[in-house]
Amino acid sequence: MALKLDELKPRVEAAVPGAALQIVPNPIPGGQPSLLVDNAHALEVARFLRDDPALRLDYASNVTGVDWLDTVLQEKHKVKQVVEGVEREIEETTEVKRPGYLEVVYHLYSMELKHGPLVLRLRTGNRTDQVSVPSLTPVWRGAEFQEREVYDLYGVVFDGHPDLRRILMWEGFKDYPMRKDYVEPDDYEYEPTPHDEVMEKAKGHYPAQHGV
Amino acid sequence: MSAPLLGQGIIKGLVETARNFVGSYVEKDRLTTVQYPEERVPQKEAARNFPFLVYDGEDWEKGLRCVACCICEKECPPQCIYIVKDTARKPDYLGKLQFQPKVFDIDTSVCMSCQICVEVCPFDAIKMDVEYELSTGNRFDGLLQRKAQLAKPNQYFHKIHPAEAAEVDGRLDAEKAKAEAKAKAAAAAKAAAG
Amino acid sequence: MNEVLQGRDASPRRPGCGSGGRLGEASLPAPAPEGAGAPGFALTRNGHGSLLELSIGPQHPSTHGVFRMDVALDGERVVGLKPVFGYLHRNHEKIGENTTYLGSMPYTDRLDYFCSLTNNWAYALTVEKLAGLQPPPRAEYIRIITAELTRLQNHASLVGFLLQDMGAMGTPLMYAFREREKVLDLFESLTGARMMCNYMRFGGCRCDLPPGWLEQAKEVVDGFPRFLDELEALLSENEILLSRTQGVGVLPRELAVSAGITGPMLRASGVNYDIRKVDQYGIYDRFAFRVPMGDHGDVYDRYMIRVLEMRESLKILEAALRDIPEGPIVDPKAKLRGFRPKAGEVYGRIEAPKGELGFYLISDGSPQPYRYRVRPPSFINLTVLEDMCRGRHVADVVIILGSVDIVMGEVDR
Repeated sequence: MALKLDELKPRVEAAVPGAALQIVPNPIPGGQPSLLVDNAHALEVARFLRDDPALRLDYASNVTGVDWLDTVLQEKHKVKQVVEGVEREIEETTEVKRPGYLEVVYHLYSMELKHGPLVLRLRTGNRTDQVSVPSLTPVWRGAEFQEREVYDLYGVVFDGHPDLRRILMWEGFKDYPMRKDYVEPDDYEYEPTPHDEVMEKAKGHYPAQHGV
Repeated sequence: MSAPLLGQGIIKGLVETARNFVGSYVEKDRLTTVQYPEERVPQKEAARNFPFLVYDGEDWEKGLRCVACCICEKECPPQCIYIVKDTARKPDYLGKLQFQPKVFDIDTSVCMSCQICVEVCPFDAIKMDVEYELSTGNRFDGLLQRKAQLAKPNQYFHKIHPAEAAEVDGRLDAEKAKAEAKAKAAAAAKAAAG
Repeated sequence: MNEVLQGRDASPRRPGCGSGGRLGEASLPAPAPEGAGAPGFALTRNGHGSLLELSIGPQHPSTHGVFRMDVALDGERVVGLKPVFGYLHRNHEKIGENTTYLGSMPYTDRLDYFCSLTNNWAYALTVEKLAGLQPPPRAEYIRIITAELTRLQNHASLVGFLLQDMGAMGTPLMYAFREREKVLDLFESLTGARMMCNYMRFGGCRCDLPPGWLEQAKEVVDGFPRFLDELEALLSENEILLSRTQGVGVLPRELAVSAGITGPMLRASGVNYDIRKVDQYGIYDRFAFRVPMGDHGDVYDRYMIRVLEMRESLKILEAALRDIPEGPIVDPKAKLRGFRPKAGEVYGRIEAPKGELGFYLISDGSPQPYRYRVRPPSFINLTVLEDMCRGRHVADVVIILGSVDIVMGEVDR
């Protein structure tokens, strides 16, 4: 059973004073909305979610990173304008620049009370220099490897993580592969296959061996 | 419960092993291997390995069902199909003029035999082969399969997938009959009007 | 319907057999200070001069794939263990962002390559939630039949591999593979391929059951209890197995829940959480089956639970093969090409044989997903490998790893 966020939000705000919570809607029919938490109070909110007797969200099922690039949003609003002597409401679209950020999404379930999911979101400041969020590993141990993966593939730094290093890519790998603006290197060590484009690329790197 | 004798569990296990060992000479069920390549396990009807192109009739170029619509090229997940459309057109089994592929390459080192190309082809032109003994002497020999290698006759399709081929043939024959009936009706209407 | 079956001991627990004991409170691994020797290890630089760092390296017959463990040993006892993986990382998630929804289906086969049909189902379930499609009843029955057959062959292989790691030199493995061959033959006649099935579609299944398949499946299911009885006679009272697995690799209950462990490993630690019962996806609510649970959380319990789960799967299979209705295979609203679900996000999960397999999809209305994430059970079950192995011998490490049931295709994606 999914949890009702409208009832939950005021309880969390009461338990963790100062927490800035926001409900992020989910447009699909029957979609589960998510709870956006600010970074300063994330750890306390997480502890409350895990320890509160009515919630007991003791199981962090999935920790994901999402990369949102700088986008331009079209916002429509109605503006009153005088047209030919008659006041009318006209729809105007303004373009709003939304700077990009990285997001960490947690799906929380309760093994004790068998309910869930609660979707928790943490956002970084931007994609370049403010990329740290608090780590929720002290609350849910299951987030440990998954937060390492988000660090490895997206570059989000988790403050307070016990062992933050690359997990899937090798030590010393630069750049973050899952970002939307990642450019992959073309000097892989791989077998050239007869397919023309691949062969051309490969020939460029191994000039002495072409003619295969 | 009295304490079990030390080694009793192991002896019980050894009895099982002996039963399987002796049984493999006696019961067919317990011996699951075949002496390949002298003996071969028969292929299942639905088995699939790499795709091939079907042609009707004797001439592989004239009878090729593929009309170079490039749907399989678009839907292929690892993008292993490469098609170049030919400007010359040829008639298909209904007599309508259709395009044909000038180049149709499948890179079998990339193909993962997922069968999505077969599912999306609207012309029943590409089907799954079952050939798995594909080794060649040279390392890169069999990897890029061109149109000539890929084209195989409809009789071969019947041999490897009899049920599927029968169903496809049934459908195509029904289409042909419908088209002929429509043509006859149109000719009769024209004769009656004219 | 939610009865719980206690993991049974085939023989009384031998006293003094493995310490088992408290492995410390459910806690975090020690943080690595700056400039530590091997990544994550603070040990060798701190003056513990007698520690041996061993890399149970990626090429190893017992590590279930390309998986490396950096183990710090004091004599034969494990003091610290850091798993290292990523050798099979194929960036499946980025491929998913650049491929259509249908095109990702063959790639999901290759995640947990033993259980391709359950991977397909998890992905199809998630996309159906996103797009609001509903598979017809016959498709749901087929999905359950194939999923339980997959569970049977996965657990059988796991028992075989676990015994292989213990040194049984292949006999239980070959018996398990003999049964697995029968199940794979069924998959081949249904889907065309033994392992990379690519069978589920959004809104149902790809093609209908060929004639005679139900009878063949019934034969396999009827012959399976004999194999299970033989396997139990072979293994469950074997003294070597008992002494090597009882009390070894104990996972305390609180740690299991906090670390997000799912699947048979969680139930061996005494937590009653089976997603088939909790979420009741598909039509699992129509089937009566029990959820085996263990109370010690050691390797023996995990092995025993898998055997018991195989028996429960047989019950589900008998009922499903008997009750499967006639009808269409795919939801008529589903489109094969040009599939564009509405913008939004969804998280769908199933009880795969290894644990909770989840897919998280964010759609932006285009034919490719914006974010495609796999929640891999094997990856997360490895979190507690260090806690289970601390204080044990090297030989136990291999067995504990075998009981976690990992497949590198899923760990690395």
